[in-house]
Amino acid sequence: MSATTALAWNRPNQQPNWLVRLFDWKPFLAFACLLPAAGLLLVFLTYPLGLGIWLAFTDTTIGRSGYWVGLENFQYLLEDPLWWNAVFYSVFYTGIATIGKFALGLWLALLLNNHLPFKSLLRAIILLPWIVPTVLSAIAFWWIYDPQFSIISFLLVEKLGLLNNNIDFLGSAWPARFSLIAANIWRGIPFVAISLLAGLQTISPSLYEAALLDGSTAWQRFRFITFPMLLPILAIVMTFSIIFTFTDFQLVYAITRGGPVNSTHLLATLAFQRGIPGGQLGEGAAIAVSMIPFLVFATLFSYFGLARRKWQQGEGND
Amino acid sequence: MASVEIRNVRKAFGPVQVLHGVNVDIADGEFVVLVGPSGCGKSTLLRMLAGLENITSGEIAIGPRVVNNVPPKDRDIAMVFQNYALYPHMTVFDNMAFSMKLAKAPREVMEQEVGRAAKILGLEALLQRYPRQLSGGQRQRVAMGRAIVRNPQVFLFDEPLSNLDAKLRVQMRAEIKELHQRLRVTTVYVTHDQIEAMTMADKIVVMNGGHVEQAGPPLELYDRPANLFVAGFIGSPAMNLVKGGMGEGGFQAEGGAVFPLPQSARGEAGIYGIRPEHIQLREDGMPATVVLVEPTGSETQVIARIGDTPLTCAFRERVTARPGETIRIMPEMDLVHLFESGSGRRLAA
Repeated sequence: MSATTALAWNRPNQQPNWLVRLFDWKPFLAFACLLPAAGLLLVFLTYPLGLGIWLAFTDTTIGRSGYWVGLENFQYLLEDPLWWNAVFYSVFYTGIATIGKFALGLWLALLLNNHLPFKSLLRAIILLPWIVPTVLSAIAFWWIYDPQFSIISFLLVEKLGLLNNNIDFLGSAWPARFSLIAANIWRGIPFVAISLLAGLQTISPSLYEAALLDGSTAWQRFRFITFPMLLPILAIVMTFSIIFTFTDFQLVYAITRGGPVNSTHLLATLAFQRGIPGGQLGEGAAIAVSMIPFLVFATLFSYFGLARRKWQQGEGND
Repeated sequence: MASVEIRNVRKAFGPVQVLHGVNVDIADGEFVVLVGPSGCGKSTLLRMLAGLENITSGEIAIGPRVVNNVPPKDRDIAMVFQNYALYPHMTVFDNMAFSMKLAKAPREVMEQEVGRAAKILGLEALLQRYPRQLSGGQRQRVAMGRAIVRNPQVFLFDEPLSNLDAKLRVQMRAEIKELHQRLRVTTVYVTHDQIEAMTMADKIVVMNGGHVEQAGPPLELYDRPANLFVAGFIGSPAMNLVKGGMGEGGFQAEGGAVFPLPQSARGEAGIYGIRPEHIQLREDGMPATVVLVEPTGSETQVIARIGDTPLTCAFRERVTARPGETIRIMPEMDLVHLFESGSGRRLAA
């Protein structure tokens, strides 16, 4: 016989064990997957935030648990010229630094979007200021702004002979304010440039070709194609940038510690100084909490003002 | 409107030669289709005509003017891109009016011109929509509208139908042709689809490997392909090309079969070409074994083997033969094409 007899074999009906069945149960699986993230958020975000807000309504100092004092801390802040000073500088710092970062970052992104030799190497180098730990670059800037050993002063005075005296970058209020803004811009450009570069690369080259045939100049192509198509990404990046800049602490604290004469205090550095070295935890917390309205406003402004565009949405809004 | 002359144009990207001296003459108002397989240089040629690529050597003239060094916006051309290249953040109206907006035309002129183009294309109801809210065919029409608004000397189309589904493609094909008949603007149209080329063109330019293989009216290319490439490229299903040599009493195929030759056949043909639709079922024909039968309704395509040579046939009659059975077939003698084996050139027959 050449025909083979079929071997009898039935696929066994396997019962999975209880553990497998448990993980196949959707509600448990969702709970198990969410647990680590939710736990981390609770412990490291919700708890400190809640504690900070709670402290802002008490008169806690270091070493003494406080009592609920209602809005007293905030009333005090409204009369505190240093707080007003910090509010002014925080807004000024954020505003000027954001304008600088976006102007230079966009320019850099447009340059990098061209065909350049060693393109990827250049892009990697561009990211360096952002990768370096803030404190490290702050120390570098500290040297750059040093009254005696500043390299800028050295170049201008010794090498080029344009000035007679060294520049006193950090010794008085306005030069110190602008020096910090310059350092912040330097640090912030890579983030903006790389994010906007990613945005630029999503714009189809054929749009530029079509615009070229439509008779556009380079400026018109930027104005009517690049800019509006970049706007959604610009809005997101700007929101992040504003939040990071407004809440900046490291750069200012490492370079000036809020000086000279408290002229460069941001809300974050003032809050820290009042709360930790000054020991007034309640008041420090109140200063920190007072940043929240500004941040919410900035976020809503860029989100609603810039991010949502009708053309990005799908059907059904005619 | 203007004529277009392409004289001995070459293009190289670095060391890679893409076009090797191309000559095309396009008369005023003519609809010319550049057709060829992927990578043959047809799109590059179109982009050079548009001014999006520079010309390595040779000359391109639009009307009396050589445009080699004229920037795209001053060439008086309009182009429809394969992906339409509609500005996604502008409404249909703004897309179509963009060139006028750049030229700072008054609003009334913009409305009048866009309105005229929208009417031609049936886009009036869509003017306030964004490209996202349009179907593929509508986007295609907007892209054409944007070109019409420009009132150009020459329309350029770069594979405009390849992103549409088969049915819409046929419909848009007819619309573009009708549009051309209405506007009578010189048109250069690039496609890889020979059916598009055959149905739309006044003149087809078949390109391959950076050379022009043949240029002429569609039916001339079909009736008298200048070489093997054009013979195989134009026509669907493709022409049967049988290798062999001239022998006693006919053409001796390598597979062993002998094909009858027309009286006028001369020269040393190495390749025997016969279109599937020019093979007939005849009682006195050559016996052939059926390999495959594909009824399409209007005709029946049969692959049959004579000796070892497979032949594709397209019969008007319904064929009931099954694979393995024998049918009797005969090429139509005066529609046989003969080619030289080495150069692939057509032999005058």
